[in-house]
Amino acid sequence: MKRIKVGALLLGTLSALALPMPAANAYTAFVTNEKDNSVSVIDTEKLEVIKTFPVGQRPRGVILSNDAKWLIVCTSDDNIIQVYDTKTYQLIKTLPSGPDPELLILHPSGNPLYVANEDDNLVTVVDIQSGKIIGDIPVGVEPEGMGMSPDGKVLVNTSETTNMAHFIDTTTHKTFDNVLVDSRPRVAIFNPAGTQLWVSSEIGGTVTVINPADRKVIGKVRFEIPGVTKEAIQPVGVRITQDGKTAFVALGPANRVAVIDTETLQVKKYLLVGQRVWQMAFTPDGKQLLTTNGASNDVSVIDVAALKVIKSIRTGRYPWGIVVAPF
Amino acid sequence: MANGNAKRAHSGGVFACLRRGALFAAALTIIAPVSVLAQDASPAAAPSPEAAAPAKTDEAAPKVAVIPILLARELREEPLPLSLLDLPPKDLGLAGAKLAITDNNTTGRFMNQEFTLEAIEDADPAKLIADVVQKVDAGMHFVLVDASPATLLKLSDALKGKEALLINYALPDDSLREEDCRADVLHTAPTRSMLADALAQYLVWKKWNRWLLVLGPSEKDKLYADAIRRAAKRFGAKIVEERTFTYDSGNRRSDGGFEQVQQQIPTFTQSAPDYDVVVVADESSLFGDYLPYRTWDARPVAGTAGLVAESWHPAIELWGGTQFQNRFKRLADRNMRPIDYNAWLGVRMIGEAAARTKSTNFKELVDYIKGPSFEVAGFKGVGLSVRNWNGQLRQPILVDTPKMLVTVSPQQGFLHQTSVLDTLGVDKPETKCKAYTQ
Repeated sequence: MKRIKVGALLLGTLSALALPMPAANAYTAFVTNEKDNSVSVIDTEKLEVIKTFPVGQRPRGVILSNDAKWLIVCTSDDNIIQVYDTKTYQLIKTLPSGPDPELLILHPSGNPLYVANEDDNLVTVVDIQSGKIIGDIPVGVEPEGMGMSPDGKVLVNTSETTNMAHFIDTTTHKTFDNVLVDSRPRVAIFNPAGTQLWVSSEIGGTVTVINPADRKVIGKVRFEIPGVTKEAIQPVGVRITQDGKTAFVALGPANRVAVIDTETLQVKKYLLVGQRVWQMAFTPDGKQLLTTNGASNDVSVIDVAALKVIKSIRTGRYPWGIVVAPF
Repeated sequence: MANGNAKRAHSGGVFACLRRGALFAAALTIIAPVSVLAQDASPAAAPSPEAAAPAKTDEAAPKVAVIPILLARELREEPLPLSLLDLPPKDLGLAGAKLAITDNNTTGRFMNQEFTLEAIEDADPAKLIADVVQKVDAGMHFVLVDASPATLLKLSDALKGKEALLINYALPDDSLREEDCRADVLHTAPTRSMLADALAQYLVWKKWNRWLLVLGPSEKDKLYADAIRRAAKRFGAKIVEERTFTYDSGNRRSDGGFEQVQQQIPTFTQSAPDYDVVVVADESSLFGDYLPYRTWDARPVAGTAGLVAESWHPAIELWGGTQFQNRFKRLADRNMRPIDYNAWLGVRMIGEAAARTKSTNFKELVDYIKGPSFEVAGFKGVGLSVRNWNGQLRQPILVDTPKMLVTVSPQQGFLHQTSVLDTLGVDKPETKCKAYTQ
């Protein structure tokens, strides 16, 4: 009896605590847990995990189909891509990927899917309806990051050991330009207007901003955090707000997310999050940014307007990729 | 299973019958007729350049600049290590350099740069030096070297005034970075002091502060023991006693063998003062691997056997290492060893400099590698750069057991005013090297 009372009391305190939080619409975030072979499902209103379901081995990159009905997961150690129903969490089908798929991106039209294959120095193009590989694009050593221009004409792939951003024409599947960036590029992302391409360099400790029109480097974002060694600053995930004014960069073992003015390329603020922060995703309304913190097994929730970390949510072990569905 | 093992041991019988010297002579005669192992630089595994070349190249193919790299090995008579798993492969180091050539060329095809590798091997140092000088005169300015300290220094002397950069990927000798340092020699192999410091930091973190130092009789073992003593002093550990392993270790195997070792090692380690860990200095692996699980007291073993500090381990998968290991295994059909990794780094440094400077000019590349903005990624989680006081590549050091990584040093809490990586090895204020400051 007593135990139940305590439970009820606790629940009461929790809901009271939850009240002052900014009202967010209810969305569903999916987090891949690299070590646990599972996906944590987070309710972004309650800010808690509502379900954890098993997937293939070493799940990393994760995206949604355009209609948000499919959760598309790179299960790296199974050398395959798995497709799950976003409502029932049942496996619908698998897609071929080539060995060790890590990051992936969809064409804005919803098909095809482009997958970075680290082991083969290839970007694999997969038709997600038929499940067939329709092309391979040779790129640099250890392809990783995948960025798509908003008009769907240009795919950018980064290669970790070649240290380049490869610009690929999505109609011909041919590389038409290559831009050298700092060591070990991880993530490439276009701003919503398609006028800037941001490429993070994990070992170089910088983010290179490139003009996609002429492939010239506009500038480099550098980071300096008092009390944090230069070596610990390892930029990986990049997200840019819908208005294009602010960029967020996850700094890995520096345990911080940098907030950057996209015009001046100056860091405005560092937000302390969990340990080894790598990937990030906005909620569809743009009000929250969720970060995966691999070494501390949690997701930090950032209030985008207030630039404050409002909560951390425990996930499975080594949370890696994250995507938020509009329901 | 037992049957399979017996068969394998039997089929190796002929090999084992040969005395060590005879075996070596036999190996030499095989190598001599093909002492020049030229390697075709076109990477078979890499995708065709046409497919990914910039579209602009359709009109007029731009000129590809070639950077030839030479790998020179002095074949030396070394005793064979105890374990069958540790027998050195013929292409030790060379395979790592080959992998780096393919990696460089994948970048190179986007930069219109091409890297080629030629390897020369010789047991006669004078002949090897003469060959290298000839190749350098013919335009090969970058030379990776695996030779004895004396040969390396003679080679550096022979190349004085010529456009040549030597990269030592094999020797851990601190003297080559200190009193005998040369401005034209860089080192990707970590020094004994770096390895000892990396191990010591972990042992001290573990609070295993009392060490029983067991060293072999060879000159190399004495140098390793020196590095261990220095590390103990630096990080506050205590060597409670030193014992020299003077038994003739004999042939690396005989039928049976374990019966006597099982008696010998407990006796050897008996009645030592209280200690936490045995630290063994046996670089040639002639007895050190006998120590684990056989000491009189139940104590862990570290040093050159047991828990070992090294630049690479074939099981490491951190920092994207999996793909790197896979690429190597596809190329060499074996696991990557530290010397392969060191050679890979040497060739990658040249490739990195060529890509960053967009140049193939010798002086520009060397200035860049030695300069403040140089950094090469080596699957160790941080950028690696060159110490500007002695030409040593600074890098994290792996501390591992034969099967798994245990930790990576520097350990947390060991601080440094410029780079924590400089808590490993001889730091700037202590250096005896003058070649870089003059």
